[in-house]
Amino acid sequence: MAVNPKKQAMPTQAPEVRAHNFQEVALGYTETMALEEASRCLNCKNRPCVAGCPVNIQIPDFISRIKQKDYEGAYQVIQQSSSLPAVCGRVCPQETQCEAQCTLLQRAKMEPVGIGRLERFVADWHSEHGQETDQVPPDNGHRVAVVGAGPSGLTCAGDLAKKGYRVTIYEALHTAGGVLVYGIPEFRLPKRIVAREVEGLKKLGVQMETNVIIGKTLTVDELFEMGFEAVFIGSGAGLPNFMNIPGEGLKGVYSANEYLTRSNLMKAYQEHPNTPIMKGGRVAVVGGGNVAMDAARTALRLGADKVYIIYRRSMEELPARREEVEHAEEEGIDFRLLCNPVRILGWENPENPRDPQNGCVRAIECVRMELGEPDASGRRRPVEIPGSDFTLEVDTVVMAIGTSPNPLIKKTTEGLEVNRRGGIIVTEDGLSSRAHVYAGGDAVTGAATVISAMGAGKTAAGAIDRELSGRAG
Amino acid sequence: MYPIIRKRILNPTVIQMEIEAPLVARKARPGQFIILRVNEEGERIPLTIAGTNPEEGTVKIIFQVVGATTEALKHKEAGEAVQDFAGPLGMATETEGIERVCIVGGGVGCAIALPVAEAFHRQGAEVTSIIGFRNQDLLILEDEFKACSDELIVMTDDGSYGRHGNVTVPLKEMLEAGKPFDRIITIGPLIMMKFVVAAAKPFGVPVTVSMNPIMIDGTGMCGGCRITLNRNGERVTKFACVDGPDFDGYEIDFDEAMSRGRMYADFERQAYEETCNLFRQA
Repeated sequence: MAVNPKKQAMPTQAPEVRAHNFQEVALGYTETMALEEASRCLNCKNRPCVAGCPVNIQIPDFISRIKQKDYEGAYQVIQQSSSLPAVCGRVCPQETQCEAQCTLLQRAKMEPVGIGRLERFVADWHSEHGQETDQVPPDNGHRVAVVGAGPSGLTCAGDLAKKGYRVTIYEALHTAGGVLVYGIPEFRLPKRIVAREVEGLKKLGVQMETNVIIGKTLTVDELFEMGFEAVFIGSGAGLPNFMNIPGEGLKGVYSANEYLTRSNLMKAYQEHPNTPIMKGGRVAVVGGGNVAMDAARTALRLGADKVYIIYRRSMEELPARREEVEHAEEEGIDFRLLCNPVRILGWENPENPRDPQNGCVRAIECVRMELGEPDASGRRRPVEIPGSDFTLEVDTVVMAIGTSPNPLIKKTTEGLEVNRRGGIIVTEDGLSSRAHVYAGGDAVTGAATVISAMGAGKTAAGAIDRELSGRAG
Repeated sequence: MYPIIRKRILNPTVIQMEIEAPLVARKARPGQFIILRVNEEGERIPLTIAGTNPEEGTVKIIFQVVGATTEALKHKEAGEAVQDFAGPLGMATETEGIERVCIVGGGVGCAIALPVAEAFHRQGAEVTSIIGFRNQDLLILEDEFKACSDELIVMTDDGSYGRHGNVTVPLKEMLEAGKPFDRIITIGPLIMMKFVVAAAKPFGVPVTVSMNPIMIDGTGMCGGCRITLNRNGERVTKFACVDGPDFDGYEIDFDEAMSRGRMYADFERQAYEETCNLFRQA
């Protein structure tokens, strides 16, 4: 039987409908679609896709189970490697990871197997039909503290808990999930899915302590005094970057972190929110990553008349997940590529200094760019075209140009070394310069992906297990 | 949940609560703040710590009812609890090496100024306190300030109590009379702090201001609390939650801070009215 050259298309809400609601865009495969897609997998011997996965999910094995309609079995295969299957199936950049390695790509005009879509199908099937075991693994006598309940911390905690470690996660915010709850919007990752994954960890015996800021409420040293034998720091990328251009102090200029946190974590998108956010009007989002796409599409759903993405390179270099860019384009986001902001202009009413519009954003001035020689990252460096300035009238500007690691833990943990950018320095195993202190995720790398953070959490969990399992419990 | 142990009405719009949060109580130092949510779905608001009792495990907060969230908090009684209470956040007020300090507080800002004044008093510094209110009805913490100040001057805008006028009047007099302050620390409305800085400037006395901008997470993540400083001719962005809340008063761009503080004025007014109506109906 010839292999269908195309992936099964993902059913989605129609662009004109979804642009005005916060419900999930991608609706997920039906069983028929999943079986059809699974049949495209050749189950090849060298399994290049597994090597492309940062947490090494045994991909051909779970797809084989789908072919046999053993969906729970497929879930168990994924779960051996990943603590958050329903999350990864939705937010991983599969096109640059597992799917980029798919053997089908070696054939002319073939699309890779839709691994991410199948993963999501399996995870969603499990949440609907699967049986949860409430069994807490037997206590091995060791205690580990995890700092931050984001992707790396949840993964590290999950892996250790499955081995019998007693794990406590300390989370600074009032809700567990990290970037999965404050950053990624509902329409891409429904919060009930994150909540379910967190509940799953609690069933494994993981303790969740919210409202505890490590570095402030407790220090890393105090965690050891409390009896924890190892600490994993997955505190994420803290401080948002700004461009340091004039006008960033105007009313209506947000970091993407603030904009998304208001909408997602604080539910400002709902009808009668307790937390305000600027809605409607014209919005410019600066940046080209997934966070920029999320902010732009959130703006649209909050009722914006017009949303721009301003990115200084071209579509080819745009770092966001391909599917998100396509969705954003379908929804009518206006991509202004090869453009860079030079300043943000504000309202000033000379007649009335008390005019409430004074100090609000009025427009953003940009300069056009062209691509020059490749820079250190291998991407062609954008260069300003002199005299090409133009302005876009906007009411809101969202800066989505990355973040720097949070300094709170570094400040209060002696001997914890960080690099020039503030990222915690770790070995391949995730061990920091302090004994028994491990780190991973954005706190180490600066802003990166959910799956790479999960990979780091997993690696560190393995190393912690190797370190502690030799000791008496 | 974090239980409210005691509640005290300081004046018609200013309320003091002691909340059980042992970890915060153990760590908090003067000048630091907490973030709380009154209930599920509530907004996160920063409140500066007005005192602690580490043995009892309680943290004192003093707040003015200015909007929907503080209105909802006002209706919580001792024995009830608040949903979330996280801290201590921000850097503590620098007190080391300061022997003569002038504390200038305005309105509910005095609640935050008090633990700072007490800290100076404990370390043996000479403390001069100037506290200002709109009128006598709004006066708070006079006895507490008296207990930790070598000299206390109470000002009211309308002259209904203490001296008539605003806090900069006695400050200027003292500076002109050559009173040697190592540091002025001012906590209150932005406009007041701006004028305190202006009054001190000709005398070159260092001024620390305590900023209280709009904030969400309080841990450096959102950047909403950013403050612009004018430092050596350059504009520098700082985050009040991790770099502050105390800043060098001479560097602060007060006009921008005041403008940003009004960003959600319409929303806040409406939410406040709706909340008040809800409680009225209840």
